[in-house]
Amino acid sequence: MMDLLQIFLNESFWVASLRIATPLIFGVLGALLCERAGVLNLGIEGIFVVGAMVGWMTVYAGAPLWIGVLAAAGGGALFGLLHAILTVPLGLSQHVSGLGITLFATSTASFLYRTILPDVSSPPRIKAFQPMDVPILSDIPFLGPVVFQQTAMTWLALIMVGVVWWVINRTPLGVAIQAVGDNPDAVNAQGLSVYKLRIGAVMAGSALMALGGAFLTMSAFDAFFFGMVNGRGWICIALVIFASWRPGKALLGALLFGMFDAFQVRLQTEAGAVIPSQIFLMAPYVLSIVALVFVARKAEYPRALLQPWFKGHR
Amino acid sequence: MMMIEPRGGISKRMQMAIPVIAAFVALALAALPLAFAGAPIFPAYWEMFNGVFGSMFSFTEMLTRATPLIFTGLAAALAFKARLWNIGAEGQLYLGAMGAVAVGTGLVDGPAILMIPLVMLAGAGAGAAGMLGPAILKTRFGADEVVTSLLLNFIILIFVQMMLEGPLKDPMSMGWPQSEPILDNAALPRLSDVLPSQITIMDRMRIHSGLIVALIAAVVAQIALSKTTWGFKIRAVGENAAAARHAGIGVNRTLLGVACISGALAGLAGVSEVAGLKGYLTTDLSPGYGYSGIVVAMLAGLSPIGVVIAALYVASVFVGADSMSRAMGVSSFLADLVVSLSLISVLVGGFFARYRIRFTGKAGSPS
Repeated sequence: MMDLLQIFLNESFWVASLRIATPLIFGVLGALLCERAGVLNLGIEGIFVVGAMVGWMTVYAGAPLWIGVLAAAGGGALFGLLHAILTVPLGLSQHVSGLGITLFATSTASFLYRTILPDVSSPPRIKAFQPMDVPILSDIPFLGPVVFQQTAMTWLALIMVGVVWWVINRTPLGVAIQAVGDNPDAVNAQGLSVYKLRIGAVMAGSALMALGGAFLTMSAFDAFFFGMVNGRGWICIALVIFASWRPGKALLGALLFGMFDAFQVRLQTEAGAVIPSQIFLMAPYVLSIVALVFVARKAEYPRALLQPWFKGHR
Repeated sequence: MMMIEPRGGISKRMQMAIPVIAAFVALALAALPLAFAGAPIFPAYWEMFNGVFGSMFSFTEMLTRATPLIFTGLAAALAFKARLWNIGAEGQLYLGAMGAVAVGTGLVDGPAILMIPLVMLAGAGAGAAGMLGPAILKTRFGADEVVTSLLLNFIILIFVQMMLEGPLKDPMSMGWPQSEPILDNAALPRLSDVLPSQITIMDRMRIHSGLIVALIAAVVAQIALSKTTWGFKIRAVGENAAAARHAGIGVNRTLLGVACISGALAGLAGVSEVAGLKGYLTTDLSPGYGYSGIVVAMLAGLSPIGVVIAALYVASVFVGADSMSRAMGVSSFLADLVVSLSLISVLVGGFFARYRIRFTGKAGSPS
């Protein structure tokens, strides 16, 4: 029992929690933005892969890290645009289109990686983002290392929580995005373009998703592996329901998830002898399903989610 | 100003033409990645074609590849017809394979005429259970089955790993995580063993009787869907659940039933791979047949007979691209690219069949 307590008191546990949460924060924010505008984006899993590959490859080709981050976001936005075209003006099934985007984005990223680097046996590495060392602040006991010894991308994720919250709740654009996800007819009646708002939100959301992928190859690790995203995108789709489409709760959900994951890794080293390690590996996915079941009944989905809207007919 | 107008209706011929056009568009679009990889375009296409239709052997390899795709394609098509989003066929495939291995490797023994149905039943049952879970979570708690069935894929694969390191592990495998081999009298026979000996050309070919089972499943599904009240209920629930409920159809019961059938079909894909082709279970049994099944179902327009044709196409792309990539040094991810492009093309094609885009003179013209 003491051992369990020790885990929580150790600051490395909290550093790990925030690190594990970072890609999920990007992903949940991205999914939230799309869904608030009324578009489910199941392309998320593939867009993570694109972000991971494009960001890494840009830096590997010699560009600075932040250009890599931008390139990843751009790549994500591009696949977001494709999903938006298919689901908004064409009004196709958001489920099927999203799955198509995931398959297309994953195979595009994998094909490009293999074609550009055909004969590498072990994945080449880049010099990834390093933990920041902020003078004075990093020396604050406990809080210092946990918050200030993260990489710049974790900071970016935390800043984006504020930015997305501010845009959605405090700007006319945010009001319009919410309205287009609840009642597109009303938005149209006000003379705003339903298409432009939805397409824009899906592109911005997809760019955020891609940053989650970029974090994996440019901050958490320093190389690209096939299959490294490993369901993180799908977990974000569950978390966004858990977060009732609110940025603050999205941060909370991602952090809880990160804590749980960091905890199970540590528990594994303690109890690994008695319990098969696979039980721990399953835990994050099981947790996502359980969380979803608990909130599902009272989840207040954006009212026009999954509803195609065509100009000129109702 | 762009306006989107619905067309009167889609002709049967149009409905058939769209997937064919989409398939060719996707293949044509593959010229781009081929050029990017520096491969000579036309020889590459020829190599792809030749890799499937060049010899009897490669053709049967394609049929072998199509077998699990017919099962997973049917699994997706039936579920989608009822608007039940079963994205978990990959996991259900592994559950099916585990079910087959659990009973087919020595737990029970008997003549083939008993063992083969038993192995198939075990696999189908395990697969059905795999989709019944998400369906119950949907009908009881309103939990989105897309997310739950997707996440289950990951859980099940880790579970398979655990079983292969534990109870299902073959003690003779030198530490390799694989199951014991399926007994000879529980295995689906190779076609070369059951077909008349005149067709000696079938020798050393891997094609097995799982294909026959898959074709029977497709025909049964087609009849069930179009000719029975059960099929009518599925279509009614899929088209408008509220109206179906109003008409006295047990919507939840129908959804749970479809979930079981869909899961069972995906489970049979696993049985057919493990008991027909590989002989034992490993964690790389399926290169994503569950996910490709979704593409197959969409290309087929959710029609069971269409699934067979679409599965042949997707299998041809995989086998052809594999052979081309070996010959030309192009990454075999090209196959996945073509398959995903086919899905997107068929979606767009379906749109243009249902709607026409009209350009009007100025913005805000009365509608």
